[in-house]
Amino acid sequence: MKPRKLARAGIFAGAFLASLASASTALAQAKEQFFPVLVYRTGAYAPNGSQWANGYVDYLKLSNAKGGINGVRISFEECETAYATDRGVECYERLKGKNGGATVFQPLSTGVTFALTEKAPVDKIPLITAGYGRSESQNGAVFTWNFPLLGTYWVGADVAIQHIAKKEGGFGKLKGKKIALVYHDSPYGKEPIPVLQELGKTHGFEVQLLPVAHPGVEQKATWLQIRQQKPDYVLLWGWGVMNSTSLREAQSTGYPREKMIGVWWAGAEPDVKDVAEGAKGYSALTLQHGAEPNSKVVKDMLEQVYAKGQGTGPKDEVGQVLYMRGLLSAMLAVEGVRKAQERYGKGKVMSGEQVRWGLENLNLDQKTLDAMGFAGVMRPVQTSCLDHMGSSWVRVHTWNGKKWEFTSDWYQADEKTLRPMVMLASSKYAEEKKLKPRTPEECKK
Amino acid sequence: MLYRENGQFKTSYADDQQIFPIAQDRWLIIGLLVFAFIGVPLLVDEYLFRAILIPFLILSLAALGVNILVGFCGQITLGAGAFMAVGAYAAYNFHIRVDGMPLLVSFLLGGLTSALVGIFFGIPSLRVRGLYLAVATLAAQFFTDWVFLRVPWFTDNASSGSVSVSNLHILSWEIASPLDKYLFCLALLTVFALAAKNMTRCAVGRQWMAIRDMDVAAEVIGIRPMFAKLSAFAVSSFYVGIAGALWGFIHLASWEPAAFSVDRSFQLLFMVIIGGLGSVMGSFFGAAFIVILPIALNQFLPALGGLFGMTISTAGISHAELIIFGALIIFFLIKEPHGIARLWSTGKEKLRLWPFPH
Amino acid sequence: MGFFVETLIGGLMAGMLYSLVALGFVLIFKASGVFNFAQGAMVLFAALAMARFAVWIPGWLGIDNALLGNILAFLAAGGLMFAVAWVIERLVLRHLVNQEGATLLMATLGIAYILEGLGTSIFGSDIYKIDIGMPKDPVMILEGTFEGGLLINKEDFVAALIAAVLVGLLTLFFQKTSTGRALRAVADDHQAAQSIGIPLNRIWVIVWCVAGVVALVAGVIWGSKLGVQFSLATVALRALPVVILGGLTSVPGAILGGLIIGVGEKLSEVYLGPHIGGGIEIWFSYQLALVFLLFRPQGLFGEKIIDRV
Repeated sequence: MKPRKLARAGIFAGAFLASLASASTALAQAKEQFFPVLVYRTGAYAPNGSQWANGYVDYLKLSNAKGGINGVRISFEECETAYATDRGVECYERLKGKNGGATVFQPLSTGVTFALTEKAPVDKIPLITAGYGRSESQNGAVFTWNFPLLGTYWVGADVAIQHIAKKEGGFGKLKGKKIALVYHDSPYGKEPIPVLQELGKTHGFEVQLLPVAHPGVEQKATWLQIRQQKPDYVLLWGWGVMNSTSLREAQSTGYPREKMIGVWWAGAEPDVKDVAEGAKGYSALTLQHGAEPNSKVVKDMLEQVYAKGQGTGPKDEVGQVLYMRGLLSAMLAVEGVRKAQERYGKGKVMSGEQVRWGLENLNLDQKTLDAMGFAGVMRPVQTSCLDHMGSSWVRVHTWNGKKWEFTSDWYQADEKTLRPMVMLASSKYAEEKKLKPRTPEECKK
Repeated sequence: MLYRENGQFKTSYADDQQIFPIAQDRWLIIGLLVFAFIGVPLLVDEYLFRAILIPFLILSLAALGVNILVGFCGQITLGAGAFMAVGAYAAYNFHIRVDGMPLLVSFLLGGLTSALVGIFFGIPSLRVRGLYLAVATLAAQFFTDWVFLRVPWFTDNASSGSVSVSNLHILSWEIASPLDKYLFCLALLTVFALAAKNMTRCAVGRQWMAIRDMDVAAEVIGIRPMFAKLSAFAVSSFYVGIAGALWGFIHLASWEPAAFSVDRSFQLLFMVIIGGLGSVMGSFFGAAFIVILPIALNQFLPALGGLFGMTISTAGISHAELIIFGALIIFFLIKEPHGIARLWSTGKEKLRLWPFPH
Repeated sequence: MGFFVETLIGGLMAGMLYSLVALGFVLIFKASGVFNFAQGAMVLFAALAMARFAVWIPGWLGIDNALLGNILAFLAAGGLMFAVAWVIERLVLRHLVNQEGATLLMATLGIAYILEGLGTSIFGSDIYKIDIGMPKDPVMILEGTFEGGLLINKEDFVAALIAAVLVGLLTLFFQKTSTGRALRAVADDHQAAQSIGIPLNRIWVIVWCVAGVVALVAGVIWGSKLGVQFSLATVALRALPVVILGGLTSVPGAILGGLIIGVGEKLSEVYLGPHIGGGIEIWFSYQLALVFLLFRPQGLFGEKIIDRV
């Protein structure tokens, strides 16, 4: 090798080693609760992913501005996953031991959640998947480290049917109806199928499955089929660009948007903004909250974070749907830590195991929520060792061409249908993994 | 001075035909292996194992497979991800459907299934060539993506279509800790790399290379193109399939078809081209380059920014990572179109003459 | 029957857009033997530039007219694509002359990474809108002939029309202008072309510029249909079967191939899809192309491959 080449190679190698060294030495830092933040700000799903990430990070900043968790400051670090499972796993490995250990992971990707579900129990780090992830992981006896707080896809599917029934005037009217599910062809999109089929059997409606390949920009054939079959309702289970494409295709095939209902990941501003008038009348489920620009927590955010120029994203996106989702997700994690501190010592840094206890004993009543500025944003949530979901309140909001407006009352998932399915799926999982489910006695420890 | 073969006399044919005819090479490789098996486990922490070394080993194996097809037999493939998927899902099905199936056997069966599928998708290569074939292999990619998403039987009727495995063990050896996983992958890789090296040195390997250099001419001298091409597809798919099974079982533990998407296929082709077509060693270099570089950039850039007192946003880092990654690929292709393996061998040539080059 | 015709028309219109992207591939491959995987990234880059310039330029100049703004943005984006073409030729292709196909292919993938990274870091990674006033709502025609009428998507129709016009213009450019003749000469035989004084490097820049413009038009059409965001880069993958079906070196092949693939995948998805689970169009088009290849390994109109030992 020429000296010049050698030198160049040396520089590369040196740079590489330096970066590895900085990564692998877990720096013992001051007493801070470390929150790893898995985000995707690039790639096909960036427009949706970055809003969520901004909300998440902003809430952590706001918590610090308010004095941390009982005085414990929060530190955080982002890692880009680009919505890819292997990048997500790498990020997880990179951040789990950093700065004294990760508090909780929230990957915002069903694929990454599945992979981390296998790893989290080993490392003893809880996994919050508010509104996504494995639906059966609601069962805390089997999925001891997963927390699908506030709702799962099965809840979403159930409530969507409830909403349709209400519009039609009762479950009896569903008989003979045809409901099409336009879904993202991935674990995420497939999650609701068993519930829909189950409900279809009970109530006598037909479920038509229409998968859309990643990333979802090619849907002409899908909508031609819808035009041919003329389903009574279309459920939209998309993410990212797939949602807006669906709405555009619906417009250009003349399918009434009023008959389309999206899941809560298909009901945010990036999905409808550019379709604007074309999406008017389209409704989507909400994970309790919608766009909440007037809530107190958002006002606090603008005052205490954005006014100081510390905001992560653009100011006008604060309070939008996905921003709020990220904010809420961060809030749940922070409250889990706060709860854990009640038991294991206020003002101390909590370990992953302790945080899990906190999350299992989360009890946010309306008064607490109101005090934190979440009045009107969300309803109380109470988890237990066996129920890792906490609550299943859902509202529906509708795009009026300019903004989202709530158009329904609160719904709650039908436990009678879902509970047996959750138990069945989770016991199958336990059997496969040769896990022994926790008993109520073990929970008391 | 150090690297010189003076005085090493070959006294038998066996001596002359061994894999590493030069003693220094032999010792270097043995040293490397000893270091990999004993030294690395003592030095390395969990992050390096899980996030870098294990993916590196598995993708090296896959790259080796792709190199057999692309580098030795000259059939460009963009469908390697598909065969990883076939290997992973086949191994999964053997693993869960047959009670008490030993892990290694299900891996091998996964590889064999992948080889069969490889032969099937290799059939067009008898008629279609070059870039046309490359695009045609994408058919395999998209088709398997679809099959594993759509046919519930392959995923054991999992409602989400995602599958997972656990409690892996060989006899009584539980493969749970990162170290176990690393050693397991390393052992497999060593065996398969040795096999690949030998295969390329024997009759079938020479047939592949003849086909690669000019298939019509090869046919004229009596090489059966069908056998040569399809055997290359089979062996390559077998390797890639085993790598797929490892990727699913060992690295991810829970996966969906997206883990073996078309991006993975591109990534593997990158590895063999950057590493060096037609070189076993090159597969390792390529895998190292492609696996480690993005991660290193991702972690190095914030540090670099910090040096100048800048904080770069996460998005900015990923964009910069893409740009630098792309630029480095082009740089390498321009400076050394034959891959890092060629740099390696030029390095060795230079070292032989050192310190008195003519 | 009416529905079949509708699907057919839908397929033809989608196919026209595939043709457009495929044309970008074919142009570059003909002139420089490079299989340009960066075509998708170029579409994205061009569309991003167009979308952002359409907002920025009126802001800088204080123009209030949407049409003028769009025209200026289009020109600016076109200029940018020319610059990109020039840089690619200068920094990449010039150094890779006579390399193997696979190496060149990988180099274009490298270019694709750079363009994606650059595009999103300069222009942002949000969803942007290109509003060139395409009609969005459908019309019904021939209600007398078919029951329920035929639903025609006006937007697709306009898009297909634009694509057809561009394809026509490019054909004229290739057949009738002296530059076009030079391009064809280079495509036929590099050395012969060089020996009669055609400057290869300049021809390559021109071809990449043309491909850049094709990418820009495709990006504008697609961007206005779908919104401009990262997934536009994946349209290249949809156009690949078109290219090999039509033949890597044939302009008419790209057009016809696009139409065949467009119609084939829509018909398969609508009529075959429901029986085997749906979502088949992405691989079906590849299989379709593969079947064609088994009969004609060089594609429909590709140059016959002659082997000499």
